[in-house]
Amino acid sequence: MSILVLGLNHKTANVDIRERLAFNGQKLEEGISGLKNLPVIDEIAILSTCNRVEIYVSAKDSENSMETIKDFLSRFHSINRDKFEKTLYSFSDTDAIRHIFRVAASLDSMIIGEPQILGQLKDTFDFALNKKTTGVILNRLMKKAISTAKRVRTETRIAENAVSISFAAVELAKKIFKELSGKSFMLLGAGEMAELAARHLVNNGVKDVRVANRTYDRGCELAKDFNGRAIRFEDLLQELVSTDIVICSTGASDYVLSKQQMQRIMKERRHKPVFLIDISVPRNIDPDINELDNVYLYNIDDIQEVVDTNLLERKKEAEKAEKIVEGEVEKFIKWMSSLNSVPIIISIRQKAEAVKEEELEKFRHKFPNLDKEKLEAVEHLASAITNKLIHSPSVALRENSEDKELLMIAVKKLYGINGEDDEE
Amino acid sequence: MGIIIFEIALTFYFAATIVGLIEIFRESKGLSRLLLILTACGFALHTLNIIIRYSVAGHLPITGMHQATSFFAWFIVVIFLLLEYRYKIGIVGAFILPIVFVLMLSSSTFPREIIPLSPVLQSYWFSIHTVLAFAGNAAFAIASGVGIMYLLQENYLKSKRLGGLFQRLPNLQVLDEINYRLITIGFPLLTLAIITGVLWAESAWGSYWRWDPKEVWSLITWIIYALVLHLRVAKGWRGKKAAILSIIGFLSVLFTFFGVNLLLKSLHSFS
Repeated sequence: MSILVLGLNHKTANVDIRERLAFNGQKLEEGISGLKNLPVIDEIAILSTCNRVEIYVSAKDSENSMETIKDFLSRFHSINRDKFEKTLYSFSDTDAIRHIFRVAASLDSMIIGEPQILGQLKDTFDFALNKKTTGVILNRLMKKAISTAKRVRTETRIAENAVSISFAAVELAKKIFKELSGKSFMLLGAGEMAELAARHLVNNGVKDVRVANRTYDRGCELAKDFNGRAIRFEDLLQELVSTDIVICSTGASDYVLSKQQMQRIMKERRHKPVFLIDISVPRNIDPDINELDNVYLYNIDDIQEVVDTNLLERKKEAEKAEKIVEGEVEKFIKWMSSLNSVPIIISIRQKAEAVKEEELEKFRHKFPNLDKEKLEAVEHLASAITNKLIHSPSVALRENSEDKELLMIAVKKLYGINGEDDEE
Repeated sequence: MGIIIFEIALTFYFAATIVGLIEIFRESKGLSRLLLILTACGFALHTLNIIIRYSVAGHLPITGMHQATSFFAWFIVVIFLLLEYRYKIGIVGAFILPIVFVLMLSSSTFPREIIPLSPVLQSYWFSIHTVLAFAGNAAFAIASGVGIMYLLQENYLKSKRLGGLFQRLPNLQVLDEINYRLITIGFPLLTLAIITGVLWAESAWGSYWRWDPKEVWSLITWIIYALVLHLRVAKGWRGKKAAILSIIGFLSVLFTFFGVNLLLKSLHSFS
């Protein structure tokens, strides 16, 4: 009985291959039941995201199963094996468990600590549970992967700091203002990054949105998008008096806001704090403005630096996370070995054999003159009885059921087997 | 008995201060909670100590520097606990407990015998005047601690070096708000303390104002805080300037408290 992982991700396969092998919608349902029907596979779950496709399996024969799954993938996705085989990675047992835990804890993600993967893994698990394609081993494995990921999240700061420009802008705003919901925001100019950052601010509760654009019509369009209002460029300075957060990204070749202007604005708004984010290149806001009290001006490089520092911070936290994962992997392996019922089955057999031999010996002693044929018949009878008696307990012990651990304890007690195989 | 309790309370505050310092220099979850628990333990014993002293003396135990300083520290802890209950900031304790500990430590160096209240001062004014003064000053103490936090956070944001305490310090607006609130609490208390003092002085010493050093320094403190409030309301002096002023204000409080008693001759001296 071993755990296997077969998969590919953004590091090993380009998007072409990932697309070809993805299990989307209907394909997931068909794929999972197709794989489940393969006789070598006991339990199965499939994780399919835009960055990775992974197949989690519990099987008896690991080598054989790997080959069978690869054949299945080739057949199912109608793609030649040699086209994707070199992009696959495979792990078994300890390495497989570690891999799944690391994936769940977002240690294997493109952006370390990103939170989506855990949700995707939960979906994978729920889907498999629904389709009844998993059993004791994978169920436990998935649960532990999720709880490990949660431990990593609470015990390290792996997911705490923003690692994209737009999130970093929101994060900074939250360190200046108490809550964003009551704040007014101005999008000055346009541009993909500026709009994305604006979107994040709106998602974080900013309500009063103004859009200022050189071309008023374009401004109106954008304003509609954000549920805000367009303002004329000439009114910019007046509007800034009542604006708390500004994202600036105009194509202007010079400053649209000078220090003197900002000084006047600050006086008029009675020095209420302002957060200015100037992501335009060349810069559109006079950098000296940052010297004014209660004005916080960040340009694109400043924010990029915040992002870089945060990424570095995440890498440091990842080391702590790896330790947590390692501990959980060990625990899981311990649990797996506790499920190993072979020693108990052997003990039962030995015990039965011993009883049989003892009784046969007594019998032979009692009837020393019995002819060979009859003696053999009696021996045969004794074997048949012992074998039949231990058959069903052995079968029950071999099965992986939810209450297997309890069952093993009970069997030990019932048959008077000492726990010498136990680790403790 | 009272002395042992005082020492144990001091030890708790010391432990809380150490936890606070650790919290400032290295990140670890759960430290704020530990600090709060240690402070609460210290506070319980501290309260007991004050009650015992009260019953022994028969009046508020604030005659003598030992008791007065201890009482001051006690009020700071009261306001800190209320603040933590309301805002749950966590890291704030790391900035307040050192103030508490230093006050308690200096309290422990002063002679501890209970000094009887001189007959002139035996009046209900005594409790009212002193409690108002201590409560007001305690609010100012915390305001200055929060002011320091504001300056730190402001510096992180301005310099764009977002390491260290940046993540754990609350946002600027909250810090500014707490600072302002504490001053709006402390200022009326101080004003009332001065008014009651003036009235009491008339009944005890026969004149309203004698330009006693303590009176003068209280007035200076009062003017500083009046200025803080005026500039904020009239000119929008908030944030950094308000934080700096609140720290200056507290320095004036400290001088009124220690400097006047120890360096200048005053009718208010506790010993």
